[in-house]
Amino acid sequence: MANERKTEFMNGQRMRTAIVAGAAALLMLTAAGCKKKVNDLPPANTEAPSSVPAPTASISADPLAIDLGQSVVLNWRTTNATSVSIDGIGQVNVNGTTTVSPANSTNFHLVAKGDGGTTEANVRVTVRIPEAPTGPTGNDDGNMGSEAEFKANVKDLFFDYDSYELRPDAQSSVSSAARYLNAHPAVKVLVAGYCDDRGSAEYNITLGENRANSAKTALVNAGVSPNRVRVVSYGKERQFCTEESESCWQQNRRDQFSLDR
Amino acid sequence: MEINKGAADKIRVAAADFKPLSADPQASSEKRVFDTTLFSDLSSAGIFDMVSKSMQPTATPGSQQEISIAQWASAPTSASMVAFGNLNVSAGKLVVNGFLDDAKNAQYPLIFTKMYTDEATDDAARQVAHRFADEIIFRLSGGVPGIAESKIYYVRLMGDGVKEIAEMDFDGANQHILTHLGTDAISPRVSPDNSRIAFSALSRDGFQIKMYSLLLNRPVAFPTAGGSNISPAWGPGGSQLAFSSSRLGRNDIWVSDPQGAMARRLTSFGFDSSPTWNPKTGSQIGFISGRTGLPQLYTMDSDGSGVTRMTDGGYASSPSWSPNGQFIAFAWDRKYGPGAPGGQDIYVMEVATKRWIQLTNGIGRCDFPTWSPDGRHIAFANSPDGRANHTRIMGMLADGTDRKALTGAGADMPNWSWK
Repeated sequence: MANERKTEFMNGQRMRTAIVAGAAALLMLTAAGCKKKVNDLPPANTEAPSSVPAPTASISADPLAIDLGQSVVLNWRTTNATSVSIDGIGQVNVNGTTTVSPANSTNFHLVAKGDGGTTEANVRVTVRIPEAPTGPTGNDDGNMGSEAEFKANVKDLFFDYDSYELRPDAQSSVSSAARYLNAHPAVKVLVAGYCDDRGSAEYNITLGENRANSAKTALVNAGVSPNRVRVVSYGKERQFCTEESESCWQQNRRDQFSLDR
Repeated sequence: MEINKGAADKIRVAAADFKPLSADPQASSEKRVFDTTLFSDLSSAGIFDMVSKSMQPTATPGSQQEISIAQWASAPTSASMVAFGNLNVSAGKLVVNGFLDDAKNAQYPLIFTKMYTDEATDDAARQVAHRFADEIIFRLSGGVPGIAESKIYYVRLMGDGVKEIAEMDFDGANQHILTHLGTDAISPRVSPDNSRIAFSALSRDGFQIKMYSLLLNRPVAFPTAGGSNISPAWGPGGSQLAFSSSRLGRNDIWVSDPQGAMARRLTSFGFDSSPTWNPKTGSQIGFISGRTGLPQLYTMDSDGSGVTRMTDGGYASSPSWSPNGQFIAFAWDRKYGPGAPGGQDIYVMEVATKRWIQLTNGIGRCDFPTWSPDGRHIAFANSPDGRANHTRIMGMLADGTDRKALTGAGADMPNWSWK
């Protein structure tokens, strides 16, 4: 370790010498000691907070519909709030995510209290009881299928860090998705590849592209016609979860499926 | 050889406050902007030892006849060069007469004089000061043009995931948004002639290359292709555009003309992005590739041959080739991985030897270095706590010293104009 550090340092020293030798004119000009003064630097964020703004709050759930026993990720954001609570969960952080597994269809009601007042937000998670028909009915070939049915059968795929290979859990999700798509030949699917927010914005678009292509390839191998599957990469844009934590990064490293209408 | 040359090696320059020729109260505002900007531009050029204003003679010479040059040459001012002149506002017009004198030449001190006219606004006063400063730098630096008139294009974070392309002066002043697309617009790259900005924006078809005309002040057409089309880069002649496209499945480096026609593929391994041309020769392209795992810095000839890996590990991104062709600045996380120590910093590598130096350390996540036209400065994106919405744009000298914030939070992906 110490050796490596030293090597790096030596590299740096040699490099500086090389720069000086190679571009004497340039380096004379960049020599330390000169003072760059920058005037008139308006801050990019000019919105000054008013005296006591009202809190804002939003809450989302993914997926919005689950089978009994499955879990759903709640994700909430508030601003200007000092105390935030969610019915059935209790006091929570002002921003956060949590995984819940409700037994019945539930209205998650969030109350954000701040010095500027109280704001509420809601999201409803539908829980399907096991007897409810969730699989393909087989006689709706011309039917695009319902959003809920699609969501129940075609689930997001999650990826390992900096990887676009389908994990075993993703393989079984793809099998279920392919069964549904093969039973509903009119349904077209959009696969959106996402990455967590570490690493390069530009390179992550290529990674998201590869993740979406992994899902497309697996669906095509399972018999889905390639022209029914469209892929888009969002890279690290449009983050689903913005916490700096592994659980949040994992939620962002995914292929998200939607009906391509 | 040492890099820390003392101030004694620099030309000692005094910038006098300009003399107001009119009593117009508006003139005092413009005079203040002009005086401040001129002093700041000459200071930040990095080649002058600026005389503190408190060490200057109290007289405010407005013309060659009015200056007593011996007064400026003697201690404590001890200036080698004196910039001075007059400023007049009348009928909504700003007229500035600038002079540069060689204080050591008592007999014929005048090096040049120039008259500038513009609208009587603070913005115009700032631009006139930039032009006068650039002229002085050009004359005194051996013909290397100054950068005071250069611009930095960047991504402005608007909230709700919306990102627009924006423009500011090289010193962070005059920030304004150019595009109003209401989507994610990223990776702005200005053309060598300052006429267009190529960038990439999210649409129903994923990321696509877009073009914005700085002459027409509106987006202009650029063809849509399949897959993700990202990270455009102008060739130095302005007749070629390199970019990363997955139109054939995976992201490869492609080159087209500025209209998007004549597209041809240069690489075929996939996982390639972020090309940057050698601006000196136009015959080489640096790029990022994940073909062997984590993304690394590579170079190749502009026909796709001679691919050479430059970095030996870690996670490399966002290369930018220096104007003199000798160096590539890039972002590098040398110990990349969950829980790994260290962070993503700005590095400069000498292309011929692959030797590198680290320019930033311990200031949070750094990305997107971009060279000033004279190669003396580097601007980059920095997020002190790693959060995307806290990212701001910083400037520093190309040896990593004299670092300053050019924007507040909410600005990312800077791209410095070519001139």
